[in-house]
Amino acid sequence: MVAAAAAAMALALAACGGGGDEPEGGGSGSGGADEVEVFTWWAAGSEKAGLDALVGVFDEQHPDVTFVNGAVAGGAGSQAKDLLQTRLQAQDPPDTFQAHAGAELQDYIDAAQIEPVTDLYDEFGLTDAFPPDLVDRLTASDGEIYSIPSNIHRANVVWSNPQVLKDNGIDPAATYADLDAWMADLDKLEAAGVTPLAVAQAWTQVHLLETVLLADLGAEGYSGLWDGSTDWEGPEVTAALQDFEKLMAYTNTDRDGLDWPESQQLVIDGNAAFTVMGDWAEASYAEQGLELGTDYDAAPVPGTDGVFDFLADSFTLPVGAPHPDGAQAWLETVGSTEGQEAFNKAKGSIPARTDVDTASFGEYQQSAAESFQADTIVSSLAHGAAVPVATSTAITDATSKFTSGASDLAAFQSELAAAAAG
Amino acid sequence: MPTATRRRAGVRRAVRRSGAPLLLLLPSLILVGVFVYGLIVANARQSATDNHTAAQATGQAPTTGVGLRNYLDLLGSEEFQHSLTNLVLYTVVFLVGTMIIGFAWAWLLDKPLRGEGIFRSIYLFPMAVSFIASGVVWRWLLNSNQDEQASGLNRLFQMIGLDALQNNWWNNVSVGIVAIAIPAIWQLSGYVMALFLAGFRGIPVELREAARVDGASEWKLYRHVLFPQLSPIALSALIIIGHMSLKAFDLIMSISKPANYQTKVPAVDMYVFKSAFDYANAAAVGTILLVIVAVVIVPYLVHTHRQGKS
Repeated sequence: MVAAAAAAMALALAACGGGGDEPEGGGSGSGGADEVEVFTWWAAGSEKAGLDALVGVFDEQHPDVTFVNGAVAGGAGSQAKDLLQTRLQAQDPPDTFQAHAGAELQDYIDAAQIEPVTDLYDEFGLTDAFPPDLVDRLTASDGEIYSIPSNIHRANVVWSNPQVLKDNGIDPAATYADLDAWMADLDKLEAAGVTPLAVAQAWTQVHLLETVLLADLGAEGYSGLWDGSTDWEGPEVTAALQDFEKLMAYTNTDRDGLDWPESQQLVIDGNAAFTVMGDWAEASYAEQGLELGTDYDAAPVPGTDGVFDFLADSFTLPVGAPHPDGAQAWLETVGSTEGQEAFNKAKGSIPARTDVDTASFGEYQQSAAESFQADTIVSSLAHGAAVPVATSTAITDATSKFTSGASDLAAFQSELAAAAAG
Repeated sequence: MPTATRRRAGVRRAVRRSGAPLLLLLPSLILVGVFVYGLIVANARQSATDNHTAAQATGQAPTTGVGLRNYLDLLGSEEFQHSLTNLVLYTVVFLVGTMIIGFAWAWLLDKPLRGEGIFRSIYLFPMAVSFIASGVVWRWLLNSNQDEQASGLNRLFQMIGLDALQNNWWNNVSVGIVAIAIPAIWQLSGYVMALFLAGFRGIPVELREAARVDGASEWKLYRHVLFPQLSPIALSALIIIGHMSLKAFDLIMSISKPANYQTKVPAVDMYVFKSAFDYANAAAVGTILLVIVAVVIVPYLVHTHRQGKS
């Protein structure tokens, strides 16, 4: 019986081996323009709605190319990234995959797993359509661009519940010049027994940390953290980390077990007053039928007005993809005005192109689109725009160690410095 | 008969005797050799390199051997020591908890009791739930909010007037991992009970009767007659629960998050390293885990092997 089972297994393995060769043979023969497998983690909610809208435009623009949905659900993209890592390692890449634009692509570039798309920028006329600041941030150290952004999100947004603020004698319309002014009001909320600031698991704490660094160091000082011109061990960073420590003291104690939608829910339900989250949170307010300005408010994180802390989803051209022509067709749609309008309207983000008509977009989206054009653009730390995966993992680990009480501020600072140094 | 012929006949006889079984075993031997032991060797070799980046993982940048450097760095780092401490704490609590509760249930059910089957099923059912599924529920039960914001077990404590028992569960940075052992104990005590119950039932009634006839008290009966008969079962239970505990991953991932420092264990470290393209360190953690499990399992295997022979 053992032998029979083993023989069956051997057969199965042989069959697998045979099957694995197939795509390569098929891909190299034709130009591969008949289909495109698009790998994303947009499998639910507003993200799926956005993808569906984008596919609608794609089918119009490229009716001869079949769209194959390679979306992988779960873990805010972490499941998809794990599977992608395996597929790339096994030289079985999808035709194009979703990735955060910016430094997070560096690992794929170093591993020679994606091709530059700089030529496509010229071909599709994208260089002038995107803001120059953004093109700068997308350009890798070798002068090439490796992805085409489909949408832009803003990370430095603070969301609040105006009712909770009013009930505790705080003017919901107040704007805060800096973190100190904000913390004065957080003190009042704390005294009143309300959770002043909601956060969730470690990456959302890193998200908060990045906005604090941005508020205290300014746009230039913050960007300097990533190119080495700002000293991680310096007194300015120490002061910022002290602010971070103070802010963490205002947060909910069950934070490490929560996902980001749960911390939004604390604000929506009036159990917490403020929360810092990227503007994809807009969808969780809109889904529950809430009105901006009356049921919830959104503003730049105190001290970061005039700065747009960006992150972007983008699409790539993997090396050895079976259908490169199909992938190019997809990238053309992603970069096109129609594609960006349809996708972002449904997803709740804003177009990377500056020439898209946003008149039909939601109220928050319109204001974000305006800021994106007018503000200084900096790269988000927690969302892969500023640093590669290994660095953000190390920073997240150091942050969790600090916020769980296992390290003090000095140790935290030197661990951050070591993480950023690589 | 000349010696050569006799030797050939001997070989032929040996082949005839063990050839067929060997032939039958060969496919599984090869599969196990390649996919288990071959990959263990590959993993060990990976762990002795400086393959820490995505570029090296795909061969775009060179990797060089660094010997035991990764192991020394890992074992010397405060973070990994914290993971190992967590693992020891978790294992000790998990083992002690399941053994005591499992034994107590088995002992109670061993008495002639009406509806024994129902109790047995109730105690065994939690084992049918996957760690991931029960983790989702326990994540909510073990919510660390206290007082006004409390929910889950902390709220329950308030409702029955035991406010002082409220605590932050797995969010305690030094012993939080013990809180995650609670659902693990809840799930596997029934299994240990089943093992012990089978052990109790396997003891011939004559032994008990003989002891009673000899005037042994209830305690002496257990101490000198029943416990010695149960010790092989206890050892099996220890090994089974122990090796499950050392590989703890899913329950921790579903209650806590991989990045949470307070609940890190080596298996979580391995996952985090792997996700950050640090294959050398991921492999090193894997090897360390294998060694720890081997330290527990191998003496047991040797022991049972000897018993089988005698």
